Amino acid sequence: MIVPIIFLVLCIVGSFFTGLPASFLVNEMIIRLARNLILVLSLILPIITGLGLNFAITLGAMAGQIALIIITNFSIGGSGGFFLSILISTPFAILFGFLVGKILNKAVGKEMITSMVLGFFANGIYQLVFLLFAGTIFPIRNDTLLLPSGVGIKNTVDLANIKYSLDHLIPFNKIKLPLFQKLAEYPIPTFLLTLLLFLLMGYLLKTKLGQDMRAVGQDPEVARISGINVEKTKIISVIISTVLAAWGQIIFLQNIGTMQTYGSHSQVGLFAVASLLVGGATVDKASWKEALIGTFLFHFLFVISPLAGQNLFGNAQIGEYFRVFVAYGVIGLALVLHAWEKDKAKITLSDID
Amino acid sequence: MDLLQMKNISKYYDENKVLNDVTLTIKEGEIHGLVGENGAGKSTLMNILFGMPVIQSTGGYEGEILINGEPFTPTDPKDAMDVGIGMVHQEFMLIPGFTITENIKINREITKPTVISKVFGKTLEKLDYEAMAKDAKIALKKLDMSIDEYLPVAGLPVGYMQFIEIAREIDKTHLKLLILDEPTAVLTDTEAAKFLEIINRLADSGISILFISHRLEEIKKLSDTITILRDGELVKTVSADEIDIPEIARLMVGRKIELTQMAEDNRIKKDEILLEIKNLRVNMPGEIVNGVDVTVKKGEILGIGGLAGQGKIGIANGIMGLYETSGTIIKDGKELPLNNPREALKSSIAFLSEDRRGVGLLLDHSIEFNIVFSSLEIQERFLKKVGPLKLIDNEEVRNHVLKMIEDLDIRCTGPRQHTRHLSGGNQQKVCIARALTLEPDLLLVSEPTRGIDIGAKKLVLDTLVRLNRELGVTIIITSSELGELRQISDRIAIIYGGKLAGILKPDASDETFGLLMAGESIEKVVD
Ligand SMILES: Nc1ncnc2c1ncn2[C@@H]1O[C@H](COP(=O)(O)OP(=O)(O)OP(=O)(O)O)[C@@H](O)[C@H]1O
Ligand SMILES: [Mg+2]
Repeated sequence: MIVPIIFLVLCIVGSFFTGLPASFLVNEMIIRLARNLILVLSLILPIITGLGLNFAITLGAMAGQIALIIITNFSIGGSGGFFLSILISTPFAILFGFLVGKILNKAVGKEMITSMVLGFFANGIYQLVFLLFAGTIFPIRNDTLLLPSGVGIKNTVDLANIKYSLDHLIPFNKIKLPLFQKLAEYPIPTFLLTLLLFLLMGYLLKTKLGQDMRAVGQDPEVARISGINVEKTKIISVIISTVLAAWGQIIFLQNIGTMQTYGSHSQVGLFAVASLLVGGATVDKASWKEALIGTFLFHFLFVISPLAGQNLFGNAQIGEYFRVFVAYGVIGLALVLHAWEKDKAKITLSDID
Repeated sequence: MDLLQMKNISKYYDENKVLNDVTLTIKEGEIHGLVGENGAGKSTLMNILFGMPVIQSTGGYEGEILINGEPFTPTDPKDAMDVGIGMVHQEFMLIPGFTITENIKINREITKPTVISKVFGKTLEKLDYEAMAKDAKIALKKLDMSIDEYLPVAGLPVGYMQFIEIAREIDKTHLKLLILDEPTAVLTDTEAAKFLEIINRLADSGISILFISHRLEEIKKLSDTITILRDGELVKTVSADEIDIPEIARLMVGRKIELTQMAEDNRIKKDEILLEIKNLRVNMPGEIVNGVDVTVKKGEILGIGGLAGQGKIGIANGIMGLYETSGTIIKDGKELPLNNPREALKSSIAFLSEDRRGVGLLLDHSIEFNIVFSSLEIQERFLKKVGPLKLIDNEEVRNHVLKMIEDLDIRCTGPRQHTRHLSGGNQQKVCIARALTLEPDLLLVSEPTRGIDIGAKKLVLDTLVRLNRELGVTIIITSSELGELRQISDRIAIIYGGKLAGILKPDASDETFGLLMAGESIEKVVD
């Protein structure tokens, strides 16, 4: 409970120094929530299943980007392009999630660091494929995707074709009423989809599968002797997490409108994890509430910190540093606290008798 | 018709042959008692039958198992469940964060289909909590338990946990064989009696029961057939009518054991008061203490007895500050800070908890470490000064631990063995050794002989008495077994309804004890 309160105070104090109008902040936050909530949501299941923070959602983000590159290659845009990319990303994400799950099952007790390393490792392969194989092994039809040399995908891919394809899916602007004109400015469909996924997550946790996940997360030994397939349950949890991350990344990028081929995915895990932790989640406890609160606070801080830095220290860069510092700091703190709690449990154990 | 045949079962743990050519046959609907000393291999045999992961991960077993004449090779608990075997393990197998209902229904949840599950399959059916709670209630009712089935299991008294585990097993509809590994160890005599009645009822309904216990009277009374193991070997399988308790004990141990009286008592009784408890209230779920006043004299052994749920367990937990406590506790004239386990330890109070799994052993550390750790941390014993540094005196530690292993007859491969690899009873002995090592002024022991075989039980009680006689340690012993309380206590306090019902001499009649425990007033009982 203390972490979100600290961040709330930081946000309130910081917002005084920015001098930004409230309306701007509200607009900015709406956009950022729509952009990020699903990515943060994707972390919840692995935590419940006892795998800790799944830094490997990076692989999900890659699956999303693979799909985006494919639809751009075939110049498919609009909402059709968007849904097609969702469709294409899914089998990739399932495969990646399966592999990650398999590996995490081999690294019981060291899941978090393993998932982090897996993220880096996968990034290497991803670069290899898109820098060297694209244009050589995989033919690329759309020349605008390629580097001038003809080999490798460009650093920046323009996603103008599908920009806002979800955000503006419902054509409110066609209705010439002030209310609808106003609605058209906001990513309503994205929010609806996010809401739907949150509801589905809530539903999932009330099902047999969700119950198994909770059992596995709390005590794998008891779960196993009750006949629950512990390994399979964990793999399913990681697969769902990875698929959500893939979709989340596509939704994120359709809002931004351009993709940093080699950079967009790399911070996804980091920022999503930091958001969730800022919301008060811990390595072994998280729910939709922490996802929502955390995403809000973390990104609010993101919005205000450069300007607050500028106004306070005369240097926007300081605010920039500050937010990177916060992201890593929060994660580091959470991990240390986790290790410390474990250790403390051990000490008090032997204290008592 | 034989329901189960286990033929020529052998099992190695590393170099250690813990089962050697054991054969066991169980008929349909019979109650089969399995006895043997701590470490004889009883749990191992059952773990093999139940397909426990630990068996597979340590190289499997040799031999053959037949169920209804069909070969059966369990590699996973699920295999065992599929053929109708249920097991209540020696250690609690409950998920603390789950409610009672969720624990009873684990992996057998009742679900109802939804639109989503129709598309994506059965695992996405929604849990039907109401129906689950209803089933849980029925199962609990069969055990005469009336407890809110929506309560989380964490924090419940151990006796309740035991019944919840049994409820979980009897809720299984196609159950054919129920394995009970020391189910009564944590139960009071009356609870145990009720429990045995339930077992009889189950057997009458056609379920075979395989029953492990160190309470030989129970085994004798309940079983149709008794199998005796010693050091991993089958000694004998006999019909229960053809053997008496001393004979069972003799076959278990392999020598005649004397059930003689304690060492002579030549203490000089002082009237100095060590501990004064006033209006003690402890908020321990299921064992609430509701205003107890009692004084403990220096050098005495005070027994605390009573039925489960009446609050006897709560007292020691309250003194140690493990549950929310109010009232006054004065030790040696000084008021003890409440709700502060560290302070309690520092005031030279040691505690052997009734809940081994919750606050007991560090399973992935050695016997040695487990025994000396608290003492090292809190009393800075076993340290030697080398220049400015304080180092652990390994030799002293080793000597001490070896002595403990011998005194309590801890069956192990050596002081460096991890406690995870000990049998249940031997783990218990390690816990006792740790409490003894603290050499406190005041030793609180709860259920000290739980899960300990009859030979070792005497050792444990003897050790407690010796500590009391020789080192002058004052002991408060809480136990569900009246017999053991009467054997070593100077006075026995009976707790009823969270209050002190009265204090009796150990030689008071059975009837007096029974009435007091059942809530009769002391004036009426002792007229
Ligand atoms: N996981 C393990 N690894 C190595 N040795 C083990 C393991 N589990 C048990 N043992 C050893 O196997 C032997 C038999 O243990 P088991 O638990 O079957 O005894 P038990 O008859 O159930 O005793 P108790 O009455 O104390 O529960 C013991 O010597 C024990 O040390
Ligand atoms: Mg055992």
